[in-house]
Amino acid sequence: MRLGLVIDLDVCVGCHACAVACKQWNTSGTTAPLTDYQPYGAEPSGVWFNRIRHYEVGEYPNSKTINFPMSCMHCEDAACVTVCPTGASYKRAEDGIVLVDQDKCMGCNLCSWACPYGARELDRESGTMKKCTLCIDRIYDQNLPIEDRQPVCVMVCPAHARMFGDLDDPDSAVSLTVREREGYQLMPELGYKPTNQYLPPRKAKPIPTENMGKPGFKERLKSLANKIVKR
Amino acid sequence: MHPAFSVIFFTVSSGAGFGLFALLYLADVLKLGGGLSGEQVAATGAMALCFIIAGLLSSVAHLANPKNAWRAFSRFRTSWLSREGVFSVAFFPFAFGYLVLSWFAAPSLEVARLAVGGAATLLAWITIFSTGMIYASLKTIRQWNTPLVPANYLAMGHASGALMLLAVAAWAGLALLPFASIAASFLILGALLKAIYYFWIAEPGASASIQTATGFTRAQVKLLDTGHTHGTFLTEEFGFQVARRYALALKVFVFVAGFILPLVMLGSVAGQPSLLLGSLITGLALLGLVAERWLFFAEARHVVNLYHGSQRC
Repeated sequence: MRLGLVIDLDVCVGCHACAVACKQWNTSGTTAPLTDYQPYGAEPSGVWFNRIRHYEVGEYPNSKTINFPMSCMHCEDAACVTVCPTGASYKRAEDGIVLVDQDKCMGCNLCSWACPYGARELDRESGTMKKCTLCIDRIYDQNLPIEDRQPVCVMVCPAHARMFGDLDDPDSAVSLTVREREGYQLMPELGYKPTNQYLPPRKAKPIPTENMGKPGFKERLKSLANKIVKR
Repeated sequence: MHPAFSVIFFTVSSGAGFGLFALLYLADVLKLGGGLSGEQVAATGAMALCFIIAGLLSSVAHLANPKNAWRAFSRFRTSWLSREGVFSVAFFPFAFGYLVLSWFAAPSLEVARLAVGGAATLLAWITIFSTGMIYASLKTIRQWNTPLVPANYLAMGHASGALMLLAVAAWAGLALLPFASIAASFLILGALLKAIYYFWIAEPGASASIQTATGFTRAQVKLLDTGHTHGTFLTEEFGFQVARRYALALKVFVFVAGFILPLVMLGSVAGQPSLLLGSLITGLALLGLVAERWLFFAEARHVVNLYHGSQRC
């Protein structure tokens, strides 16, 4: 099993709800807390597992805004685990989730140096490295209804831009979507084989708004009103 | 990369200590300049150990959670940081054995003395190499992911160690020509390797770009918003950038203080032995090496900066 996320860049609206929900769940989760520094001060900062950036692709006016959520990719060849000197960072054999054992981490930062995706953040208060757990304390929780056993970022997304599943199983919903939508990995040239996949924006034809044919009764009434009312 | 002083001090100090120890052993075996006495070998070796221990303590100060530092010996099979820790600790019993046997200078134990000294020297070399490999093994930082990095660490450690050994030889009243020649050789080697390194990292080559980072390879990509109000761990740790003009001035300082002035001054030490002058050269070279190490961190650009708007790293 190789659990991971599939992120649909076509429909992500960049609302940051996934990041906020992640922060809310995980600040009392297995690697809690996600310490904040000066949360109400002049320079608010703190530990987050999920960050959303915004890019412009192409040149105006032929450009498109892309909202880009990023969290741990749970790489198959996770360099952060290889470089860890204490054994605090590990990759679970059963589902491929990469975790940090908070009791073993010595806070040397080397794993964050090895990660190209910026998925790991040091908590200054605890002195340990923290990262996305893929909500391991939700997805296996037998007390939750089965539909709730997924990462909280996936549950909260109002645009359904996030999917969670087993990317090892070629017939899983996530694998099917990745195949159909030509999902891709970030920075594949580094060879870490990230599990998370990104779905590119679809090439949708623009919906025509001009020359829509003969106007109906409602349209005629509207245009009449527009003539009467001086704006 | 953020240049942390604890790591800069650690790599310079322990590099010089290991370099001094290795060269001390070679000088002792070959009886360079007439040969140091047993007590002199022990005293010089103890000085090398002081530099190494000071460096290692400084590296522990870099940790955010030092109470777990002992666990760093456990992942010897995969992690270069773990290997460095294991080798540096394994070095100590052999080094102590060599110093104690040198101090007491029992002729019947001469073979054992040279054997443990040889083992310690080998471990010193492997430790410096491991230090370099911690950085060189990171594919995320183009400026570090090159064999020039461990080569540089070895050359710099030996250059500073050779200068210290020269000061020791001046103090012991030995013939200085062989010691000055060794120091000059390592200074020239270090300067050449560093020059190649600076030349090499100036060109980005086939590196990751904002296009491969985001996957939008068919058009230009521009950052609109990073999504955070103030800084994050990522901007603190990886966002550091040094102005090009400032970096150039520092490189000039590295070459002048670290290599050129020590080389020029070597001649006068060889002609007129003086512990003071020898120490002065060593201090100057170490200052140059601190600047070199600071630049090594400051000029390294981590690929995560691509997600924060850099077009190329």
